[in-house]
Amino acid sequence: MTFLRVAVVGSGPAGMYAIQHLLEQSLFDVDIDLFERLPTPWGLVRAGVAPDHPEKKLIADRLFRFFLKRDNVRFFGNVEIGSDISHDELTASYDAVVYAVGASDDKPLAIPGERLPGSFSAREFVAWYNGHPDYRHLQFDLSGPRAVIVGTGNVALDVARMLTLPAPELARTDIAEHALEALQASHVNEVIVLGRRGCQQAAFHNPELEELLHLDGVEVQIEADDLLPPERTDADWDTRRKLATLIRLQARRVAAPAKRIVFKFHHSPVALIGDTHVTGVQVQTHEGSGSPGSGSPGTIDCRLLLRAIGYRGSALPGLPFDMQTGVISNVAGRVMDGSVPRIGVYVTGWIRRGPRGVIGSNKQCAAETVGCLLADAQAGKLSHRTDDPVAQALTANQRPVVSFGGWQRIDRTERQAGAARGRPRIKQTDIGELLASAAR
Amino acid sequence: MTFVIAAPCVADYSCVEVCPVNCISPGPQDPEFQNADQMYIDPRQCIGCGVCVEVCPVAAIYSADSLPAKWRHYTEVNRSYFTQRTNADDIS
Repeated sequence: MTFLRVAVVGSGPAGMYAIQHLLEQSLFDVDIDLFERLPTPWGLVRAGVAPDHPEKKLIADRLFRFFLKRDNVRFFGNVEIGSDISHDELTASYDAVVYAVGASDDKPLAIPGERLPGSFSAREFVAWYNGHPDYRHLQFDLSGPRAVIVGTGNVALDVARMLTLPAPELARTDIAEHALEALQASHVNEVIVLGRRGCQQAAFHNPELEELLHLDGVEVQIEADDLLPPERTDADWDTRRKLATLIRLQARRVAAPAKRIVFKFHHSPVALIGDTHVTGVQVQTHEGSGSPGSGSPGTIDCRLLLRAIGYRGSALPGLPFDMQTGVISNVAGRVMDGSVPRIGVYVTGWIRRGPRGVIGSNKQCAAETVGCLLADAQAGKLSHRTDDPVAQALTANQRPVVSFGGWQRIDRTERQAGAARGRPRIKQTDIGELLASAAR
Repeated sequence: MTFVIAAPCVADYSCVEVCPVNCISPGPQDPEFQNADQMYIDPRQCIGCGVCVEVCPVAAIYSADSLPAKWRHYTEVNRSYFTQRTNADDIS
């Protein structure tokens, strides 16, 4: 067999890097069909990366876009695997299927009140401000003076920035219109970030932390017992750099601050308070905090609580799922039924290894997954499929499928709307509107 | 003139793959890559060819004298990655 037909499910970084590795190998001629649930490609590059990080979004224009322009790659947007096409139909139509569907759920806090209105995962808030069609109708209560974020990773910092960025700066980004309006009218002027462990164990990365030094009109307070001068610790290089930044943040004087971000390390939530809506969060302090009343609970009033403690993968119908880790069961990207590999079915990205790492981590991950796929093909393990029933079925049932050309029309429409307002683009967030632009 | 990798880096490592003098770390085979949030250029090795600038998909690489003000400290960040880390850093 010198020819391979591969389906890739999901057009975020994981799927796009899988396509890159398939295109760059020279063992096989390959035809690739890319399936995406939304009418728009790029996954979290579009719906996750913060609006004030436009450089990171360049990866779609400078890299991913070129893969979809290849003659041997077809984009099927607005097609959901599992409902529009079943897993079995997919495997019956392709020599190999690569799932790159990411992590669509959240780790639970597992505390009372977690599901009260006013308590959201940061994932939902991020999807809302980035204009993900499934989250555009969410309503966040921004009428109170305070929001509380649980967790200290990069997502926590993204969310803290979006809640405190001056309105004119937000208006220069590609933030969704509904979110821009809501945040411009926001009364939140204090964002509390809770970290269970100390500042030396915080999950945020250095670049994201250093950005807080440049937030206009936003004061940053750090409450942590382990905030030591870097030269007085034996912490690693990354942590020493964080400590230096935290000390600079602490010392920074902001004239007439409009808003502030307060990091409370050694604090974790015990319960959310409220009858019909969150009105506060009960917290406990942890060993090492040394603050008076260590271990005793306190309460922070808030009407918005965002849980930023990590994403979690969801099970897919027809595929083995590891409940413990929240990933599709696999070894090195080969999907496994117990100890038996499911021939021709692969995973890559967060649904393979869990929600960890940055965009480029998925490139190395995809290299290994595609390596397994190619090795199986070379060993003659893959069944060769020559017909194209999936594409035929989609055409037959009149499903409004968005091609790459359709996406380019959406892209152009959004950029033109943005140019008129001094913004990079104005995102379309309604499925019907997106399909209309794609068909125009 | 050395080149410097700044905050937009997403660890795509296309730069590592094209660098003719192998002065960009960590690469995907290095143990540090697992926890890396970006790549760094060793100013003691960089020959200033700029090939990395061309392939970077997020335009994160600048010549040291053209870094935007908010990222000027990345000259020191890149340098210190190679000079200030200890063996203990590689394990963590």
